[in-house]
Amino acid sequence: MADSSEAKVISERVSVAGQETKPKPKKRRRLKVAHPERCIGCLGCMFACSRVHTGNVSLRDSAIKIQTQGGIEGDFRVVVCRGCNDPPCVRACPVGALERKPDGSVVFHEELCTGCGQCQDACLIGAISLGRGSKPIKCMHCGACVAFCPHGVLTFEEVPS
Amino acid sequence: MLRRVLYIDLGNEDAWVEERQDLFDQWMGGTGVGIKLLMEECPEGVDPLSPKAPIIFCIGPLNGMFPVATKMVATFKSPLTGELGESYAGGRLPLAARFAGHEAIVIRGAAERPSYISINNSDVKIKDATSIWGVEAQTAGMILREHEPGIGRRSIIRIGPAGENLVRYAGVVVDTYRHLGRLGLGAVFGSKKLKAMVISGTEHVEIPDHKRYREVYNKLYRTTVQTDVMEKYHDIGTSVNINVLNWLKGLPTKNFQSSSFPEAENISGEILADKYLFRRLSCAGCPIGCIHIAQLKSAFSTHHEFEVRKVSYDYEPIYSLGSNLGVSSAEGLLQLIDACERLGLDVMSAGVVLAWATEAYERDMITPQETLGVPLQWNNVKSYMNALEYIVRPPNEFYAALAKGVDYASAKYGGADFAMALGGNEVSGYHTGPASIVGQIVGVRHSHLDNAGYSIDQKAAKKQLSPEQMVDEIINEDNSRGVFNSLVGCLFARGVYTSENIIDALGAVGIEKTKDDLDSLGKRIFDEKYRFKTREGFDLSKVRVPKRFYETVSTLGKVDPQTVDEMLRLYRKKRGWL
Repeated sequence: MADSSEAKVISERVSVAGQETKPKPKKRRRLKVAHPERCIGCLGCMFACSRVHTGNVSLRDSAIKIQTQGGIEGDFRVVVCRGCNDPPCVRACPVGALERKPDGSVVFHEELCTGCGQCQDACLIGAISLGRGSKPIKCMHCGACVAFCPHGVLTFEEVPS
Repeated sequence: MLRRVLYIDLGNEDAWVEERQDLFDQWMGGTGVGIKLLMEECPEGVDPLSPKAPIIFCIGPLNGMFPVATKMVATFKSPLTGELGESYAGGRLPLAARFAGHEAIVIRGAAERPSYISINNSDVKIKDATSIWGVEAQTAGMILREHEPGIGRRSIIRIGPAGENLVRYAGVVVDTYRHLGRLGLGAVFGSKKLKAMVISGTEHVEIPDHKRYREVYNKLYRTTVQTDVMEKYHDIGTSVNINVLNWLKGLPTKNFQSSSFPEAENISGEILADKYLFRRLSCAGCPIGCIHIAQLKSAFSTHHEFEVRKVSYDYEPIYSLGSNLGVSSAEGLLQLIDACERLGLDVMSAGVVLAWATEAYERDMITPQETLGVPLQWNNVKSYMNALEYIVRPPNEFYAALAKGVDYASAKYGGADFAMALGGNEVSGYHTGPASIVGQIVGVRHSHLDNAGYSIDQKAAKKQLSPEQMVDEIINEDNSRGVFNSLVGCLFARGVYTSENIIDALGAVGIEKTKDDLDSLGKRIFDEKYRFKTREGFDLSKVRVPKRFYETVSTLGKVDPQTVDEMLRLYRKKRGWL
């Protein structure tokens, strides 16, 4: 989804908050919810995700979700793809629309997707959800959310090979 | 962008949507559309608590689109002042309205029995709320969460017993820690048997030019988080001003008998942050997180059994329920704030009413029979807790009078000279000088936020300003805030949203405006509000200024009544009203 101008935008974002700035890591990187207890519920990550990947303003189209438990009086739950090494969403897809690449990243082939929702059911943490047209919204671990988190809740980690 | 008005009629349980592009083109959104719809919907001279009085909610074109554009405005006829009612809140409310696809919501009529409104996208239902009528505001929210969709992206606004019982300064609690607090919207809800409104949605907003949008977004985001324009709100929060204003002799103390409080340090933002603050939250779409939550832990037995309350605090509640009542402990202060939260009272009016009552009690204008044996004395937190309960469920005439506001109570029992209201609205926490007084007199809703007179006074403390310069600044703020409140931005971010940035942000969502357009919009909105005010009987020349303002030294020294009169004369002249 992200063309080169998108990638530039993302790397700009990354520099905005003074986080890591390497646009092309050698090893696979994935998001890590490092400090969920620091979340203030601004939803900046969700807006960043939909803004960068769809260009529009939406909460539903965000791959990362900030959930409340008992309203804002309770603790926030940060739901985002863990970048599993053996991803259940890939295994659950009956048509191969979710493909695991050799480096461990997962790409989504929209043209193959039938919108059956089995990927959504397969993920216990609810990190993959169906958006418009019943197509899954798959986190690409691009880091837009990391750059727009004002409290360092999110970070990147390198995936051990 | 969806520019729709959702109409809800509680009387015949009907709801429909109208496209009103013209309305939004002409009045932008937020407070602009809010006042226009109020003019359309509110019959002249209507009883604010009758079914014919409407409630109007509006967001604006920047809500959900840009950082810190996080407020929704409600317009109504105030049951406290009998004229313009206008109140703002953040939390998740504006965002929920945005994604439900409604920029404005008009509520007409009254329900037959206790009800709540459930809005999920275009699906609007009026549901039975009988079983939660009488339930405290926080608990009502907890219960509704179990029944409504949209977890994590919805907003639940509700009243407490104060609104149900028509306390004229009852507020509406928004997502627990935020409030449509001022001027009695809670009572208007109560009069309609409307306990709550739940909004959620899954709409999205198409942006015409993605690249331009992201550029402007980044610029505003950077200004918000990387410069010092919002640092005050980020760290200690608005309560940082307790020590500052105390030092400046601008902190109203014991019903404005003094402008500094020897024990201010105990209830200061610094002490609260160091000892009680356990969490900060933000309104959805704001990276600052200025909502400060204190943990109030108190033992209820000698066996290490505790009750823990989570209490949000800000400058104004600390003034009204703290220094202005002589409350010198953080625990006492937090208990009082929590009581207002549960009962659904506006903290500012509640504090000013109690402060007047305390002084009247001290002067024997009120008897212990009238207070039902409650000794209303400075710093007597237990008495104040009892009094708040009695105000909400008045057992006698005295408490029923307190429930109608300080103007009403002082008209009945005397003590108008120290009944601290301007334009019928209990005043905010500043005794900084003449601009604060004049600002609240002339302000469209008689709020310190109409034109920030308190800030003009503080400026004048550093660099002398003539009465005329002060009036010019008040007029400038009156008008420019009308524009900002149409977008609808959080006033804490007004430093981020310069005219240039507003024009850029609007352009990025497809609304092209010039500086002149904005200036004329600000003036039109102000004029329209005054049209409503005067139609409903407001007369600027008849505003009562409590003598107390002239007796107590302020940041700028003792305020001379002639200065206030002169500023009001200049104001009228510059507005073309002479």
